[in-house]
Amino acid sequence: MLAFLLRRLLYAIPILIGVNLITFALFFVVNTPDDMARMQLGIKRVTPEAIAQWKAERGYDKPLFINGAAPGLATLTDTIFFEKSARLFVGDFGRAEDGRDIAREIGARMGPSLAIALPTFLLGLFVTISLALTLAFFRATAFDVWGVVLCVAAMSISGLFYIIGGQYLFAKVFRLVPISGYGDGLDAWRFLVLPVAIGVVAGIGASARWYRTIFLEEVSKDYVRTARAKGLNETVVFFRHILRNALIPILTGVVVVIPTLFMGSLLTESFFGIPGLGSYTIDAIQAQDFAVVRSMVFIGSVLYIVGLILTDISYTLVDPRIRFS
Amino acid sequence: MMGLQIVVLWSDLLVWLLLITGVAVGVLIARTPLLLAAWRRVGRSRAGMASATVLLVFLIVGLLDSLHYRPALPGAPGDKTQYSIEVLSLLDALAGPLRTENEKTYSAPLATRLYAKETVERPGVGTLREFPRLKFGGAHLGDNEAAANADIAGRAAGGAALGLLFWLALAAASAAAVGGWRKLVRGETVFAWNAVLLTLLVLCLTLGPLFALAGHYHVFGTDKVGQDVLYQILKSVRTALIIGLVTTLVMLPMAVLLGIVAGYFRGWIDDLIQYVYTVLNSIPGVLLIAAAVLMMQVVIDTHPQWFATAAERADLRLLALCFILGITSWTGLCRLLRGETLKLRELEYIQAAQAFGVSSGRIILRHILPNVMHIVIIALVMDFSGLVLAEAVLSYVGIGVDPTMTSFGTMINNARMELGREPVVWWSLIAAFVAMFVLVLAANLFADAVRDAFDPRAA
Repeated sequence: MLAFLLRRLLYAIPILIGVNLITFALFFVVNTPDDMARMQLGIKRVTPEAIAQWKAERGYDKPLFINGAAPGLATLTDTIFFEKSARLFVGDFGRAEDGRDIAREIGARMGPSLAIALPTFLLGLFVTISLALTLAFFRATAFDVWGVVLCVAAMSISGLFYIIGGQYLFAKVFRLVPISGYGDGLDAWRFLVLPVAIGVVAGIGASARWYRTIFLEEVSKDYVRTARAKGLNETVVFFRHILRNALIPILTGVVVVIPTLFMGSLLTESFFGIPGLGSYTIDAIQAQDFAVVRSMVFIGSVLYIVGLILTDISYTLVDPRIRFS
Repeated sequence: MMGLQIVVLWSDLLVWLLLITGVAVGVLIARTPLLLAAWRRVGRSRAGMASATVLLVFLIVGLLDSLHYRPALPGAPGDKTQYSIEVLSLLDALAGPLRTENEKTYSAPLATRLYAKETVERPGVGTLREFPRLKFGGAHLGDNEAAANADIAGRAAGGAALGLLFWLALAAASAAAVGGWRKLVRGETVFAWNAVLLTLLVLCLTLGPLFALAGHYHVFGTDKVGQDVLYQILKSVRTALIIGLVTTLVMLPMAVLLGIVAGYFRGWIDDLIQYVYTVLNSIPGVLLIAAAVLMMQVVIDTHPQWFATAAERADLRLLALCFILGITSWTGLCRLLRGETLKLRELEYIQAAQAFGVSSGRIILRHILPNVMHIVIIALVMDFSGLVLAEAVLSYVGIGVDPTMTSFGTMINNARMELGREPVVWWSLIAAFVAMFVLVLAANLFADAVRDAFDPRAA
């Protein structure tokens, strides 16, 4: 087990280096720091001096990879690549355009993001699995057919509609919850109910249909026929045999998204004014704050890779047929 | 005589290229019995044929909007003809009044007056606060505004009657073609023509009144700057189609080539390709797109000399977006194809081909590619609806299409603040959502029919 984990962790390193190189290429090679400076400064204030000053303030005035002018090891370390990209590995994200420390900002915003993402994830999983199980139980009846039709219709509606419509209806017309904002401590629940509910509803269509096919695949397997032949009633067959076995692909399939829950949801957070990482990312994108976007790309990739490793582990835990190979 | 200058935008070229490819693939399929049989199954599916009909209507709108020109500006005779800076399309020409008849600001669907009170001077009465009359909406009524409701009902009924007549002609023609009404109604035909005709009936009955009213009223109202919402919906169709189709065109060669090569050759090639797609996959999709779009924006902003018109710039940005979406979305299909090829290469017929000394390239082309085609086709149609939905989200985040380009995303983005207004302005938002819903639902249903027909496990 330990050797397996170690190997997976080692495999993550070249992937992270690849991610780092891609983001570096996107942010510094496709566009020179001069272009970025022009973007940030706006057309009116562009002078060579202003650009030079902008670059110097942010440390973009160094060479990309090799600094011939610096002595010794500094030829490699006193460069943009080392300062801006390689430092990400040790959690040094630098500063945003407004001068704030990105790492501290991320730490502060993780809580609100999780407060939305985690309940949405758990509740959504429970609701969709229950719904899919019901559809599979009543398979090939009118209930199942219409259920699937509704699922297809639900997944054809834009996610924006769920958010805009839900916010309008429950916050503005019925005034059940505040339209947007966030509170400290337990007071936050008032702000969380609606986004979580909308998140769950918006996800039902696609997931329920997908889980239903997994259940149906399981229904047609041999062990189910054996269970029925033994004389077990349909309820026991469904809850003791089919549900348990179908949960394996469903749960191992969702493990990969668990770490990325930290990243928050872009749309929900920005619509409901929740100070999480999702709205932080959107603000950074709209303000064209390259340092923040770069940091979020890196963190997102790290979390995804953690998710992949967790997926591997969960497979080996639930399915003894898969050896640690 | 009005001269015009044909403008071929890059996306137009790709759209028509795509259409030609589609026709060519169609001919190829007609010659391959296996694929033909699968498409026949799609043709027999009622949901598949009904959704295909709806998609076809969207496609026609999109194609009409993909023939661009610049009209000549009126000038003194003998002068060298000057062309307008504005790039128009055939759809603009057909929708003439919809494009040009702009009001001052918001007006409700089918309204004859503006949605906001204004101070107007009345000779003899003085200044009044009232809802001013629209310049174009219901202008033909003159002072007889009270007749608006009757006029609307009359025109709608007339449009519906015309639509019904048109549909009856179509139905009679198809009944004659398949050999009798009985067969048609009972569905005893090779293809599900009854589903097609039913869809057409619904379409005729909705589009007929729409067309009849569109010339005299703003059927879906007008937006903040007084532009007709129906016109914006029509223009959005092309953007959605391009995002959905061109993106898959970009990603397809990459996914197919790399997936099959990785699965077939294995070894270090497989490791390398797996490494590349794991790296791309591990960057969160929206963030990778955001980073790439931000960079593209810098390139476009720093090179204004590349673009002659604003339309060209918006067009290039749209294509760049398709390209970026393609780069970020090929990994899923690639992984599927790699897995399938790994299975196929162990089968006897491939081993036999290898034993005969057939070259690898030939084995891939002749023996593997045709046998993974069903995965490619399923992935193609399944991705379309996702991409159309993604465009709206990306435009909201600010990394979608050019803000000057009409799309469902920019429409929703411009309209979402209007729900906070008093009194509320709902029509742009609802119209955009409904149009997008119809398009995506049709695409999803069609994708389901295609998947059922092509997936060997389901058959």
